[in-house]
Amino acid sequence: MIRPDVIIIGAGHNGLVCAGYLARAGMGVLVLESGASTGGMAAPRVLNDDYHFPGLAHISYPISSAIRKDLRLDQFGYEPGKAIDTIALDTNNEHLTISAHAISANRLRKTDIETYPGFRKQYLAFAKSLSPLFDNKPPRLKNMGLRDTATLARLGWNIRMGLGRETMYEFMRVAAINIYDVLNETFDDKRLQGALALDAVMGSAMGPRTPGTVLTWLQRMFGELNGAAYVHSGEQLVNALTQSAENAGAVIRCDTRVSKILIEDSKAFGVELDNGELVKAKLVVSNADPRATFSSLVGAPQLDSMFATRVAQIRGSGVVGKLHLALSALPEFTGIDPSELTNRLVVAPSMRYIEHAFNPSKYGECPDDPILEITLPSTHNNALAPEGHHLMSVNVAFLPYDLNGGWDDQKTTMAYKVISQLEQYSPGLKSLVVDHEFLTPRDLEREYHAVGGHWHHGELSMHQSFMMRPTYGAAQYDTPIDRLFLCGAGCHPGGGLTGLPGRNAAKRILELGGTK
Amino acid sequence: MTISHEHFRQAIGRTPFHDRMAALSKTENWATWNCYKVPRIVDKLSTEYFAVRSGCAVMDLTPMEKYRILGQDARPYLDRLVTRDISNLLPGRVTYVVWCNDDGKVIDDGTLFQLNENAYRLCSQHHQLDWLLMSAAGFDVQIEVETHDVAALAVQGPTSYSVLTAAGIDGLGDLKPFGIRNVECRGKPVTVSRTGYTGDLGYELWTEPGNAETLWDAIFDVQGQYDIHAMGLDALEMVRIEAGFIMPGFDFNTANSTIRAGYDRSPYEVGLGWVVNLEKGHFCGRKALKAENERPARRRLAKLTIEGNKPVGEAFVYAGKNGRQVGEIKCTTWSPILKANLALADIDCINGRLPDRLWARFDYQRELKWRTAWARCHAQTKPFYSPDHKSATPPARF
Repeated sequence: MIRPDVIIIGAGHNGLVCAGYLARAGMGVLVLESGASTGGMAAPRVLNDDYHFPGLAHISYPISSAIRKDLRLDQFGYEPGKAIDTIALDTNNEHLTISAHAISANRLRKTDIETYPGFRKQYLAFAKSLSPLFDNKPPRLKNMGLRDTATLARLGWNIRMGLGRETMYEFMRVAAINIYDVLNETFDDKRLQGALALDAVMGSAMGPRTPGTVLTWLQRMFGELNGAAYVHSGEQLVNALTQSAENAGAVIRCDTRVSKILIEDSKAFGVELDNGELVKAKLVVSNADPRATFSSLVGAPQLDSMFATRVAQIRGSGVVGKLHLALSALPEFTGIDPSELTNRLVVAPSMRYIEHAFNPSKYGECPDDPILEITLPSTHNNALAPEGHHLMSVNVAFLPYDLNGGWDDQKTTMAYKVISQLEQYSPGLKSLVVDHEFLTPRDLEREYHAVGGHWHHGELSMHQSFMMRPTYGAAQYDTPIDRLFLCGAGCHPGGGLTGLPGRNAAKRILELGGTK
Repeated sequence: MTISHEHFRQAIGRTPFHDRMAALSKTENWATWNCYKVPRIVDKLSTEYFAVRSGCAVMDLTPMEKYRILGQDARPYLDRLVTRDISNLLPGRVTYVVWCNDDGKVIDDGTLFQLNENAYRLCSQHHQLDWLLMSAAGFDVQIEVETHDVAALAVQGPTSYSVLTAAGIDGLGDLKPFGIRNVECRGKPVTVSRTGYTGDLGYELWTEPGNAETLWDAIFDVQGQYDIHAMGLDALEMVRIEAGFIMPGFDFNTANSTIRAGYDRSPYEVGLGWVVNLEKGHFCGRKALKAENERPARRRLAKLTIEGNKPVGEAFVYAGKNGRQVGEIKCTTWSPILKANLALADIDCINGRLPDRLWARFDYQRELKWRTAWARCHAQTKPFYSPDHKSATPPARF
């Protein structure tokens, strides 16, 4: 490719999805990735050459059938993994197994067991009613186009007619409140409440009592409309997306860091690499964090003041650390059959516990008892580790990005603290650890160029969702800089392995005339 | 001496020139300007007006908002802030600037002084610290309010150069309009800029508050040789309209004080298109202004002369006598030197142009009885009053 039509900055999964769509529309696409391989946060991380960890995304919902079909992902080897359950770990070994439609009856009240399936069904219906919003660019409220009107009309129809009157009222009631109130109204069991609330707050700087946590939960439920959650190993999805894009003609250059977006007369016309090389193109699409895109790659002199201020005010400091343990054998968890270790294990025994884990992070402190989300990817694919060995992947929350005193001296202490905490449920775990890697939000920022080390390139809060994501003026994937688009998790509908920001951005670019 | 930073405890502050000004005040007609006590009229309005136009008037400018902008990114920061191409601005020079929000609506206007390589002073009509700080994200600049730390005095009028020379301030002969010079007055450092808001020959003098009275006394000590008068806000209002200078917040709503949609104004709409340079690179509001510039004009703040000699106060403007209402008068004055009613009026354009036949309908009193009158208006493109001696270098000696 002598001169590409489109440069996509970042080969994270949304960048690859966007590349796949644009290449299929006939554009010459060049993807520039600063890392050594494609996939961004979803790319596998290799420890000690032998242990293939799943990167940041160790659990995923299936990619939507539309994207699978459009990008022919299944032909390139994509296949969602086996559906998993959630096991809520309990210090008294009275664990709960929570599946999509039922809960194992371990000292659980009958009402909770009976309420659970209907409750889930209702929230899945809520999530589904929002799908016109998620599947399309957010409507512009000013100078609304025909497509925007259609999106809002379908949304209104879905909420009113799809849900029915009573359910609609309930939806309107809960949409902006917190998960704490909802789960308290619905269930009695603390373990069940904790395990469900974890999904509403993991990845966000929010506790169960934070307003808007029903919305974050619904965003997660939205993924489930495509199928059940599975343990994600990184490789398969990333390879399928990479091959799909390359098959359509996109060129991907790794180890290529963009330092600047070239702009003249408020129009992007290419990028400058950190080695000084200039690459020109008709369009530039940034899969990078919007804050990094505008503050570093574009720069304040090219932006209007109020817009630059709104970008600087985007809230999003990561609060999740990632612990990778290379183990010499499959660990034993008290009260759990080894065959059950394919599931997701969570340490969030009550909503009160989660709130207490969240509170210190607000003051730059680590919690004494963090909440944990654990998977053992090697139980799904033994090729990920040497024979007989296993991988344990742990999300640890809430760890402040701005830790008082800095992370340098406290990182190892925290990693050991988590391992000790795991020991409570898995005695002897420590002795199995061959190697470990612990990534704090600071490390995530450095490794993935996500400002604040936030998974979602900005908090998924109400004020940063829909037509406010990442901020107005750039919420429809186009930006104040002509020929510069956004396609990453910082855009609507946000983070998670959905590919939707990438697809919506590509659709938007084509709708606006592509390279014309 | 600096002005006390406890000034906010007083409802109305006093400038370092206040005692001298108060001694001259015969009317005790005071106004507040930016929380300082300043004269509306010191002695007699006509005396003060004619001092500017044919002698020398001295006005206390201390309350004007002043900001010091420092740092290695000061130039790129200001370049992004203002609509004008300031690439020709050099140390020791001043330029008139206007700045806009993202929508290309005017926030304020003012004068930008380049004091040295990376140090600037920005003077504005309204308080701008919040906007200046907000715009600073991503730039290595320091922004300080120096309103209360700099005493400022305007010395304006055809004889102002001679007055200052007689007062012992030397070296102004070759100072061109919009130039800055550091001089001494009775041993005290004073910065002089050849700037003003009167449309006449004039200077603005900047010094530490502790030197204020020395400066004042040096000027008023030559009052026997020259016709020198302290001037208040009322005379300033007359001369600034004659000069065609606009006053943001009075002649039009400034963007950051506007609540209702469409009540703010772009530089084009207030006659400041000449300070907008769409080719200079990015600045705040450029995209919106570029789009506006490609559309037919919607409205203009027009300079009008109004026929007759009846006092025109608040008035609507019509396209033709008894025609459609197209605008309103924002400020008006009777110009003694031009013998004409002058006004600035916000007028809707028709097909991108000001309507050809403009009439004002206004009410006035004659012996306490209200009457209505119509008067023909004529739009002017140039300042109403712009004498040649304003820009002569060296200025004429008197």
